[in-house]
Amino acid sequence: MSGPSTYEPKTAIERWLDTRLPIIRFGADLGDFPTPKNLNYWYTFGGILAFCLAVQIVTGIVLAMHYDPSGAGAFKSVEQHIMRDVNYGWLIRGIHANGASMFFLAVYLHILRGIYYGSFKAPREVLWLLGCVIYFLMMATAFMGYVLPWGQMSFWGAKVITNLLGAFPIIGNTITTLLWGGYSVDSPTLNRFFSLHYLLPFVIAAVVALHIWALHVPGNSNPTGVNVKSKSDTVPFHPYYTVKDGFAIALFMLLFAVFVFYLPDAFVKTDNEIPANPLVTPAHIVPEWYLLPFYAILRAIPDKLIGVLALAGAIGCLFALPWLDTSKVRSMRYRPTARIYFFIWILASVALGWCGSQEPQGHVIPGVGGPIFIDYDINSVTWLSRISSLYYFAYFLVITPLLGLRETPLPVPDSIYTPVLSHPVAAE
Amino acid sequence: MADSLAQSAPSPTEGVADPGRRDFINILAVSAAVGGVAAVAWPLVDQLNPAADTLALASLEFDLTKVALGQEVTIAWRKQPVFIRHRTPEEIAKARAADHASDLKDPELDSARVKPGHDEWLIVLASCTHLGCVPAFAQGEYGGWLCPCHGSQYDTSARIRKGPAPKNLIVPDYAFLSDTKVKIG
Ligand code: HEM
Ligand code: FES
Repeated sequence: MSGPSTYEPKTAIERWLDTRLPIIRFGADLGDFPTPKNLNYWYTFGGILAFCLAVQIVTGIVLAMHYDPSGAGAFKSVEQHIMRDVNYGWLIRGIHANGASMFFLAVYLHILRGIYYGSFKAPREVLWLLGCVIYFLMMATAFMGYVLPWGQMSFWGAKVITNLLGAFPIIGNTITTLLWGGYSVDSPTLNRFFSLHYLLPFVIAAVVALHIWALHVPGNSNPTGVNVKSKSDTVPFHPYYTVKDGFAIALFMLLFAVFVFYLPDAFVKTDNEIPANPLVTPAHIVPEWYLLPFYAILRAIPDKLIGVLALAGAIGCLFALPWLDTSKVRSMRYRPTARIYFFIWILASVALGWCGSQEPQGHVIPGVGGPIFIDYDINSVTWLSRISSLYYFAYFLVITPLLGLRETPLPVPDSIYTPVLSHPVAAE
Repeated sequence: MADSLAQSAPSPTEGVADPGRRDFINILAVSAAVGGVAAVAWPLVDQLNPAADTLALASLEFDLTKVALGQEVTIAWRKQPVFIRHRTPEEIAKARAADHASDLKDPELDSARVKPGHDEWLIVLASCTHLGCVPAFAQGEYGGWLCPCHGSQYDTSARIRKGPAPKNLIVPDYAFLSDTKVKIG
């Protein structure tokens, strides 16, 4: 897609097709894609993500054949019909439900890889933005999928998330009514969520195609962050990376299988085994693990509208990253100071995730109180969320822009090739 | 080939006596297209709004003798939960005492939240004004409700006192048909 095509049609049929629909050329050029030879296993998550999307689409289409998207029938069609009566229904649902968690695990590692190695920097900004769009669509898809079994968590999760939009002045309530199709979350809401849950993965697939197109123009970044300078820096994608990605996918499938077969309920909240009841909220409602950090940011702020804006801003920061990072050095391999702040940022995000799963007034150090400050004592989960949220935003809005101007990076190698040659193993 | 064709094709306005007529046709065509798209888009958006049979959910009558003093029931009205609370004199006194408290985020008198002569009946939508969870009674610091979702606390008049919710629990339209019967909606 980037350079001139090297494909030579060999047979008469291929030549005939090539002048009409050059689809074999298209495939051959994809396989011939020159790829830096130093990509490590952090670079295999792209392939793993493609695998995850395919798994969700295949299992989802099958589930949709047995699922009943009505308020009266949804819970039964999942918990009884699919789980007990449909042949292998338990397996297909187990793969789909755990597959969502696997998908997010992979996307988070893929994003962290991108931040660490500076994959978002010029000329890959559009590639990065498309990735952020995919991540956003994944959250929307997973959220609507989680509503479909119509258990207590499904129902109350849907209620809380749709009410987020009600925070906007003037138009807020119009939007929530539009989403609900009623006075509250109800059967019409479930119906439209099912329709959209079916649609969005195909939209994701289309954005993935753009994402890969945008990848094939500048080519892969690599752990040194140094541009490809000559042919000796690259190898063809096939067979080198098809094999490496394939091996990583196989390992990933092992982990996936552990969840499907040994821990099928690891991510299930018991409240979701109770049918949706609009009159009773579960004592402790929590979103799926992959949304917890954002949930904690929302709860950290004592004002509804600002809370919702902060939640949106936390995702917005990812989109803005290419324009926030001022450093000319791509890879954090050569930015020891940036690395430290980055690892603290991961820590803050994990802390936020933990806070999101706890009660807001719970204690961080059990049994210790403390003076109360803005509604909660300073040893509370809420205060840990507040401090972590502050760091989360400071990392993007203050640390990243300033650090690039002030830090002293380590010397960057001249080419991808040099550190490979000076590696102790190569010197032997 | 294609290039030479394009070059030899005359410009669309070449030799036209009044080029302004072409502009007029362009404007007309584009506005017709925009109007057409808008006319088709509106039904596609508006179908998301509540359907007529959903909106037709009638009002609801409720017999208050079912609720003993100091108790509350949660009933469904238009698929939304509603609290009907039979308040004790202490609860009423507590609510009145806090009528001018400085931590009222959405100041309202307790007397304005009940019907005259029926101080003991507090009827409110049971949706937390933060994000819509159903708060639980007799928890929290104000003797009223505590929302399990993000910890908003309401007092015995269901006014917001602490936490992220911005408004008091909403009092729906209702009327006493008799001393023991109310009609909601
Ligand atoms: C981006 C890809 C997708 C993600 C992240 C995703 C996520 C989810 C999640 C989290 C659930 C709830 C699982 C549970 O707790 O039971 C779910 C359920 C469901 N999904 Fe998907 N999904 C995806 C693609 C699809 C597709 C393409 C279809 C249909 C063509 C589909 C059909 C369904 C159905 C019918 C259910 C309800 C049955 C059940 O709860 O197991 N999904 N999805
Ligand atoms: S929904 Fe009640 S505090 Fe958030």
